[in-house]
Amino acid sequence: MGIASEALKNFKGFNLKNMPEVEPLSPGHRACQGCGEVLALRLAMKALGENVVMCSATGCMEIITSPFPQTAWKVPWIHVAFENAAAVASGVESAYKAMNRKGIINQPDVVFVGYGGDGATMDIGIQALSGALERGHNFVYMCFDNEAYMNTGIQRSSGTPFGAGTTTSPPGKKSIGQSTWKKNLPAIAVAHNIPYVATATPAYPVDLMNKVKKAAMVPGPAYLHIYSPCPTGWRCGIDESVQVARLAVQSKVFPLYEVIDGQYVLSRKVAKPKPITEYFKPQRRFRHLTEADVAKIQERIDAEYEDILKKCGGDGKGKEEKE
Amino acid sequence: MAKETGIISWKKLNLGIAITEPGNASQLKTGDWRSMKPITDREKCTKCGQCYIYCPDMVYSKDAEGYFVQNYYYCKGCGICAKECPVDAITMVQEVD
Amino acid sequence: MSKRIGVEVSIAAAEAVGLCDVDVIAAYPITPQTHIVEHLSEMVAEGHLDAEFIPVESEHSAMSCCIGSSAAGARTFTSTSSQGYALMSEICFIASSMRLPIVMAVANRALSAPISIWNDHADLMYSRDSGWIQTIGENGQEVVDLLIHAFKVAEDHRVMLPVTVNLDGFTLSHVIEPIMLPDKAEVAAYLPRYKAPLRLDPKNPVSFGPVGMPDVYTEARKAQDEALKAAKPVIIEAWKEFGDKFGRYYKPVETYKAEDAETIIITMGSISETAATAIDHLREQGKKVGLVRIRLWRPFPGTELVEAIKGAKNIAVLDRVCSFNGGEISGPVCLEVKSLLFDRGMNPKVMNFIAGLGGRDVTVQNFEEMVEKASNGAAPTPYEIINVRE
Repeated sequence: MGIASEALKNFKGFNLKNMPEVEPLSPGHRACQGCGEVLALRLAMKALGENVVMCSATGCMEIITSPFPQTAWKVPWIHVAFENAAAVASGVESAYKAMNRKGIINQPDVVFVGYGGDGATMDIGIQALSGALERGHNFVYMCFDNEAYMNTGIQRSSGTPFGAGTTTSPPGKKSIGQSTWKKNLPAIAVAHNIPYVATATPAYPVDLMNKVKKAAMVPGPAYLHIYSPCPTGWRCGIDESVQVARLAVQSKVFPLYEVIDGQYVLSRKVAKPKPITEYFKPQRRFRHLTEADVAKIQERIDAEYEDILKKCGGDGKGKEEKE
Repeated sequence: MAKETGIISWKKLNLGIAITEPGNASQLKTGDWRSMKPITDREKCTKCGQCYIYCPDMVYSKDAEGYFVQNYYYCKGCGICAKECPVDAITMVQEVD
Repeated sequence: MSKRIGVEVSIAAAEAVGLCDVDVIAAYPITPQTHIVEHLSEMVAEGHLDAEFIPVESEHSAMSCCIGSSAAGARTFTSTSSQGYALMSEICFIASSMRLPIVMAVANRALSAPISIWNDHADLMYSRDSGWIQTIGENGQEVVDLLIHAFKVAEDHRVMLPVTVNLDGFTLSHVIEPIMLPDKAEVAAYLPRYKAPLRLDPKNPVSFGPVGMPDVYTEARKAQDEALKAAKPVIIEAWKEFGDKFGRYYKPVETYKAEDAETIIITMGSISETAATAIDHLREQGKKVGLVRIRLWRPFPGTELVEAIKGAKNIAVLDRVCSFNGGEISGPVCLEVKSLLFDRGMNPKVMNFIAGLGGRDVTVQNFEEMVEKASNGAAPTPYEIINVRE
């Protein structure tokens, strides 16, 4: 049995009836109306509880929670820079390890968390993240992926999907919009042979919270890739974050899975997948795409989903469940 | 420390301007941002809690009868609760003075 | 009991850090800093030092780890040089602004290009305004003592700022010298366990590193500026206490035969020993010349420096970096000396020599020539790069 399976063998999940009331992130934060990212962060914090230290990258979830003299954080929190949340978390974790061992403190159960957006994680912070995963620190890293640099005004990142319009990948006579395919960061995390990797979205809150809790329970590094709709950047309705996140799963754009000790496990089998046009429809960032463009993207999405299914052992053992 | 503004003397700042009042952002009235307001029809409400779980702004809490009630001090009026309510018990209505 | 051993300065520096009972070391290898961190990792591996050694993937992450570690309340150390220092510089500025008492040894080395692993002060000057306390050692003993002093000062609640101890790469870091290493118990008595005034602790949650809008940014900067100003008396006090305990006394500015000198040369770092030899030669010839060495670079010891040079008619300032300012003003150390004198209405002749770039030797003869030129008021202003082939 691998170290993650061992740690999770008595895992008890959340359900809608036993939702923890704790809100380590307070209201009064300045996220945009209908922000899917802060919803994901809120749910993650409910799962983590209060015995944590949060290490934040620069980005939306830093800016909206910390303008002096107010903080939305009821738990210890540190923001240093854009690209180094995983390194800062490495330092905090090592400090606790040394001080616990030396008898300076007695706090062996604190959970250390680094988090950032897709830019902070997949672009500028990938080196610090890779280093921290490779060194094996006992920490959780959460990437809240809203598929562009939203905080600075919707510029493209390596997390931006093919075809999406952003302010630095604008569609035009000579441009389809984003001309590259989304970087597969969960696969990169898996390649570090860490005990736990998972994908999640706030449309499936119980699934998200269970994965966060598992990530915290597993010794060693855990990586969570959390798909986080941004109505401001995706140009959808402010009431549509959850719906779009659900459509992303239902259209196979964002498959939900875990990788436990290197073994892929599908969290949610998409029995009757919706065409990506349904997913694209509420989002103006895809509105310029032609039928041919959409067909090309559909083909790629299908292939990537098949690849995940294969990794999960054929049809996937996931279950279709209601939340 | 000045409660709601950052207008204070440099002598009164914590080291590195650290903030030592956990969660004091709860002072901030984000309800001012709202133009539409969610209203729950208790006839239809099944107390399922979807509004509570999907709210990005921690607006909902359970009352003594098990209903989830809005704290309009924080509600930014995004309407996710109305959209996600499985029995359409929540309606967004225009804010008026 | 202290013991005197013949040891490479880098090894002695690592031993000094070990004597300070650090909790976390995060470091990335770069020549000529390597022997310091290699020896520290060896001490950890052998169980001589109970610390976490984080072998990070870059200097940027080294300083980021140090910030996380120090903010969690651990005594934290790192070491770097040159390009590595430049790479971590973004985070160095944040470390001081967050008021974290990290200590770093910098084996000073030239900046690229062309790539040079050899010594000058480009990295030291590049980081001048990063808000750190910066001291510069002349010899191995001083480096050891400055490192122990660095933790004492950094962690003082009246200070709470990071400190670099600078030592010249190779010319000091790699030489073997007889060095007194203090006893661990003596160091512990001088340097009690660090207690962070604020730390990342779920039992007492604090938010570090918030957004500073225009209505607080100036106040944040003012508070940090005042902290560095207030550090100077604490630095001097800690040197006094160090002297009383260990018998070696230090001060911000060192003088050598400067009391009655008409011409003074100002230097920093290990090159000062060569300069002192030149002063001896010139004194033997009856010339009234002297040497002033800056040990404390930040906070800048203006009062002490003025006191040391106030009697001189001619002042030569040695800069060990090309600062690319367009050629109408002097190099960085000289500019500061001039600014100091101007503000006090003093008007000696001040001349600026730039030498010892990227490992180029500065010989006793070079120093004699510089001091002679300065004595005659013959050096061109605003500066002259010496030892350069036309």
